[in-house]
Amino acid sequence: MTDRHTRRTLILLTVLAMVGLLQLTITASTESAATDAIGGASGGARAQPQQAAQDEFVPIGELPPEEQLPAAPLLVTAYAFVWVALIGYLWSIWRRVGRVEIELAEVGRRLRKAQER
Amino acid sequence: MLNRLFMPLLVTGGLLFASAPFMIARAPYESTMGLIQKVFYFHVPSAMVMFASAFVCGIASAMFLFGKRRGSDMVAAAAAELTVVFGVIVLVTGPIWARKAWGVWWQWDARLTSSLILWMIFVAYLLLRRFGGYGSEKLAAGVALFGMANVPFVYWSVNVWRTLHPKTTVVPSLGPGMRDAFWWCVVAFVALYVALLAARVRLERGRLSLEELYLALDE
Repeated sequence: MTDRHTRRTLILLTVLAMVGLLQLTITASTESAATDAIGGASGGARAQPQQAAQDEFVPIGELPPEEQLPAAPLLVTAYAFVWVALIGYLWSIWRRVGRVEIELAEVGRRLRKAQER
Repeated sequence: MLNRLFMPLLVTGGLLFASAPFMIARAPYESTMGLIQKVFYFHVPSAMVMFASAFVCGIASAMFLFGKRRGSDMVAAAAAELTVVFGVIVLVTGPIWARKAWGVWWQWDARLTSSLILWMIFVAYLLLRRFGGYGSEKLAAGVALFGMANVPFVYWSVNVWRTLHPKTTVVPSLGPGMRDAFWWCVVAFVALYVALLAARVRLERGRLSLEELYLALDE
């Protein structure tokens, strides 16, 4: 029981560390991009934290060259986290169902033996 | 019925989810936020599923409390866990977006704070179920009703209070390119949610059967 608890704690800490590392990686990769309207908006947000909330998204036809960041890093990070979370959860359900079914079979056997006696 | 739906929904949701990046990559960039806005296509569907799951949990809890239906309690427990899981997704993808768009990971504004509180309410539900002992199902059901009642406040918070978070008018005003990718992701998340709910309810059913067998063994 102690070993399992330790293993779970280690897994949890590893996952948290990976998430933190991913977030740092995103920050590093996005802050190294050239300054542009996004940078201006971020800077604007820092300078004017009270700006009004957006009430619609307006698509842009063409980005200037300095804004042409590859979609992959940010999208992959968010996408990867979502995949990891959902697959991890599905795996945890599958493991728990497996354990319950094993225990069900065992207790069923014991009950049948007890009833035969 | 949920058991039979599990595999088709899992496969459908998985395929939709796997193809979502192509839809998202084709969607146009947003004019003020640019690339980072594309986190929207996972962040908002996760939030929608989180809210829906909170409602499922609340309604099932009400049916358990007032109708005394054991099956409803199983669905409530399953939905509460899924609310927490999708809440984690929302609370991680949101700050990733915020760091770029607002320059900070987190703001204690109405929408973010109320979402965090909603998530914590359902964590409390799970802790109560896990450590509350005998009779904790009814207490937890009460907590779930409270959590469900919070959802409209969380949703409308951006319209009522002054906040950095985009308002609820964003989704209805999406252009065609953005709208297709968004609703594709919503369908993918909903399909995955129902599949996971089916699997989790199966686990609860197994645990209940185990409990009954142990009781029979004691007798």
